[in-house]
Amino acid sequence: MHKMIALEDAAALIPDGASLLIGGFMGIGSPHRLIGELVRQGRRNLTVIANDTARPGVGIGRLIDARAVARLVASHIGTNPVTQQQVIAGELAAELCPQGTLAERIRAAGSGLGGVLTPTGLGTLVAAGKRTLDIDGTTWLLDLPIAADFALIAAHRADYRCNLDYAMTARNFNPMMAMAGRTVIAEAAEIVPVGVIPPDAVATPGALVDHLLRRDAGHGR
Amino acid sequence: MDAKELIARRIARELPDGGLVNLGIGLPTLVSQYLPPGLDISFQTENGLIGVEPLPEEGAEDEYLSDAGGRFIGAVPGAASFDSCFSFALIRGGHLDVTVLGGLQVDEQGQLANWMIPGRMIPGMGGAMDLVTGARRVIVAMTHTARGEPKILRRCTLPLTSVRRVDLVVTDLAVLAPTARGLELRERAPGVSVEAIVAASAARLILPADIPEMRLAG
Repeated sequence: MHKMIALEDAAALIPDGASLLIGGFMGIGSPHRLIGELVRQGRRNLTVIANDTARPGVGIGRLIDARAVARLVASHIGTNPVTQQQVIAGELAAELCPQGTLAERIRAAGSGLGGVLTPTGLGTLVAAGKRTLDIDGTTWLLDLPIAADFALIAAHRADYRCNLDYAMTARNFNPMMAMAGRTVIAEAAEIVPVGVIPPDAVATPGALVDHLLRRDAGHGR
Repeated sequence: MDAKELIARRIARELPDGGLVNLGIGLPTLVSQYLPPGLDISFQTENGLIGVEPLPEEGAEDEYLSDAGGRFIGAVPGAASFDSCFSFALIRGGHLDVTVLGGLQVDEQGQLANWMIPGRMIPGMGGAMDLVTGARRVIVAMTHTARGEPKILRRCTLPLTSVRRVDLVVTDLAVLAPTARGLELRERAPGVSVEAIVAASAARLILPADIPEMRLAG
């Protein structure tokens, strides 16, 4: 298989200007090692698609602090004043998207679908410039799929075949993002032998994962 | 009792036994503290859980379990976790009985604005647009005025969260029910006069003959 990759090498796959789907919700279930290494390597001009930017110094907030992000698609930036300052100053281009719509746009991209028809946002600012469809007397807003060059995924456990499971609310956007990144890089809190994650409990099949971060010094016990 | 506690105690009486309920972050979260005893209510959090409970004890934080505000929570026996697509399928698909959300403005059409102040504050809508669009019942929890300025208006001046008419508005002064005819004043906060409520509102209010005082839970 040879999918295991060192942290530095994984981050080095990602060039300046790349688009990234990054899992996590307020930093819970975000790939913290990959984020830290992208900051350390000084990556610039990234497009980030994620639910939120957590807080300064936390999760995706570290990429914002480092001014590594030029474009952002997110549902909520209210918990990160640095993100808001950069948007208001015109340094960061942000598209705000309703959370349920964002999740479905990512799912659509990874599922071979052409778009999402939703009632959410009809008649509001987020409908500006978007098409609507009338189907049998009901009006829907058409939102388009979002794919990216890379998906950066945080799992609870990974096995030797890169099957992933998730824990509690750390699951959030990770499973959909693992379908919608052209290259999928995962990190896991634990790496376990095949079979420890039973087939019924695999949330992201290993076939979707291109690279899994190696254990590194200080990781685990 | 402060304004927030009063609002939370009044809304606690609105939650249905056996219901699935989403409480927004901030003031709405307080509602769960004042539930009448004996009610069986499942609380959903949009980041992926049914069965929210407060963190049982300091030091018991699970690094994989938070509410939508990123605060560590607990999970009741029988809780269920899921991804964000499933979570919003619950919300948008009409499976959620009640959502309680904060508000910046509500108008005579019963429309809510609660996600941005152009040029000044751009927190984003998070899950609010989906919640207001899809929940079976939408309850707004907010103070009646902000720094002396009315938040109950003829027409919202801030960007709308949804064009849907919300179902109930509970403030520190009043309970208002948006109807097809306009905003109806249903209840007064203890000791507050109808005149004071009208004076604190910039919307025209429909005044029924009987406007009782609120009864509070807890």
